[in-house]
Amino acid sequence: MQANEPILKVKGLKQYFRTGGGFTVRAVDGVDFEIYPGETYGLVGESGSGKSTIGRSLIRLYDPTAGKIEFSGVDISGKMSRADTSKLRTEMQMIFQDPMACLNPRKKVGEIIGQGLDIHHLCKNHAEREERVAQMLEKVGLAPEHADRYPHQFSGGQRQRVGIARALIMGPKLVIADECISALDVSIQAQVVNLMKDLQAQTGTTYLFIAHDLSMVKYISNRIGVLHLGHLLETGTTEEIFENPIHPYTKSLLSAIPRPNPRVEKTRVALTYDYKVEGVDYNKGVSHHVGGHHHVLATDEEYARWSAQP
Amino acid sequence: MEQKTREKVMEIRDLSITFKTMAGMVHAIRGVDIDLYRGETLAIVGESGSGKSVTMKAAMGILAKNSTVDSGTIYYTYHHDDGSPKTVDILKLKKRELRRHINGKRIAMIFQDPMTSLDPTMQIGKQIIEGMLWHKRATKAEAWEKAVKLLDEVGIPDPDKRMKNYPHQLSGGMRQRVVIAIALACDPDLLICDEPTTALDVTIQAKILELIQNIQKERGLSVIYITHDLGVVAKVADYVDVMYAGKIVEKGTIDEVFYDPRHPYTWGLLSAMPDLDTADERLYTIPGSPPNLLYEVSGDAFAPRNQFALNIDKRLEPPMFQVSDTHYASTWLLDERAPKVEMPPELATRIQRMEKGEVQHAGE
Repeated sequence: MQANEPILKVKGLKQYFRTGGGFTVRAVDGVDFEIYPGETYGLVGESGSGKSTIGRSLIRLYDPTAGKIEFSGVDISGKMSRADTSKLRTEMQMIFQDPMACLNPRKKVGEIIGQGLDIHHLCKNHAEREERVAQMLEKVGLAPEHADRYPHQFSGGQRQRVGIARALIMGPKLVIADECISALDVSIQAQVVNLMKDLQAQTGTTYLFIAHDLSMVKYISNRIGVLHLGHLLETGTTEEIFENPIHPYTKSLLSAIPRPNPRVEKTRVALTYDYKVEGVDYNKGVSHHVGGHHHVLATDEEYARWSAQP
Repeated sequence: MEQKTREKVMEIRDLSITFKTMAGMVHAIRGVDIDLYRGETLAIVGESGSGKSVTMKAAMGILAKNSTVDSGTIYYTYHHDDGSPKTVDILKLKKRELRRHINGKRIAMIFQDPMTSLDPTMQIGKQIIEGMLWHKRATKAEAWEKAVKLLDEVGIPDPDKRMKNYPHQLSGGMRQRVVIAIALACDPDLLICDEPTTALDVTIQAKILELIQNIQKERGLSVIYITHDLGVVAKVADYVDVMYAGKIVEKGTIDEVFYDPRHPYTWGLLSAMPDLDTADERLYTIPGSPPNLLYEVSGDAFAPRNQFALNIDKRLEPPMFQVSDTHYASTWLLDERAPKVEMPPELATRIQRMEKGEVQHAGE
């Protein structure tokens, strides 16, 4: 879509966790993708597919086991210098799922939003900080007076707006939104998604939108990556994924989206997909280029078989 | 559906519930009427805080301690083992009677998050047989055997081995299946599902709903779903009650509510659902947020968020207007003196498309 350089390049990212008893959980097992400036990349997959882990590895809440992450030209996968860390901490921000759990209940909203500015000494004086917080609150649809309130005095949707304000006040290049609407009500979800779209139009921020709700992902994303068991199975533009899904897992995900239409929904049967039954080994697959931005992880034989199916 | 053979399982009339909180009295439920017939599925839809869960907790007799029931009755009809029917008012029963005869035995509930409704320190087998030992006075061996069957019924592979697992050893979908098995253990005739799939993935969500539907068909259960997900409603429900700020604002059969909605709130809810078939850039949103029920609501609670609000909405609460035998909506727009207001054109085209979707489907 864009001809310019990707803002984020992820190559062969692996994130393993050692658990007790000598087991290793391969949460993310060799994932490649790129995100271009100003776009929204949606990562979808069921729980346990590693989508949140990817988000957390990117922002270095975890230390990646292997692989290379390049963020606006700087390698952020290995040991980082103090300057790089500081750059990462300001230019990449995260919005979390549960706005009640991620806002400190003892701090006023103004302090929560302004904390990043304080830590990185981005404001010359107190007045400037107050002003930036007030501006940010207005941008996300709250009133500047709200800065003196505590998180529990807000409704769920408003709290999520605070979470968004906290992320965006740093002027980030990339915002990782980890299931940021799944804890909200339907009508509020729509409000938050619209807000995120508006803010993106204003600031040109890039989003990595992590979610399991494909219908919302379709609304907000330019490109989508489908994850399962730590592997990126299929990636492409939203149209490519929705119109021409190749991988059986993507097909089953698409077939499982609930439609708010009783006549369709009553007769809909979700496709089942079991990689064991299908005999798919993700480790054997290689990336096949379908066309445009569309890539599928498959062996040659699988690719021929899947793409032949309607 | 033959009208004559329908037997009422639950009849809630004029239920009002108040919570006493630090901030004051919260009028969470403000006069709710609900009817449920045997073998049918009712979905109660609404945003969080609309009172849908509280209503069903009242029906289970498990309201929080700081609540008072101001008025209303909840009649529940069940059959004794010999087949003779009995009707009780759940709100008048003593806690002891409720626990012995109703909860878990005849009305079972499935909660949203399986991890919080299962005991993490207890093997799942034990948790399933607990109710049977207590309510059915089954022996341990019988109960165990039945529990294995139940696990098999809810689609858990290797049920024998799974009996000794702890909840943390199972995935989210499997856990919810265990919760369903526990709910079914005492052969209830009414199942209340409180957001049964919200905590689950879409792929698993569809399977759990299909599972509940199959079990419902096999056992002839009546099911009440509490949900905010219209996709879930579309899939499972026969009847829909739309709740807003502690009141039911629209009720009807699923087709009536989805294809001929009359209340502006229902319009908003339907329009706010992301729809795969449109390429709209923006989602429709209902402006504002639900009212704080700490304060007395005067007039129509939805009026401040309603672009079609009339002057009377601010003063008088609308009664339930009848649209058809089964379809009711509480909005002054249906009054004969009201100006004629059509649903938003975007929604109208969407409903047209939805109905067309059926035609295409039938033609396949």
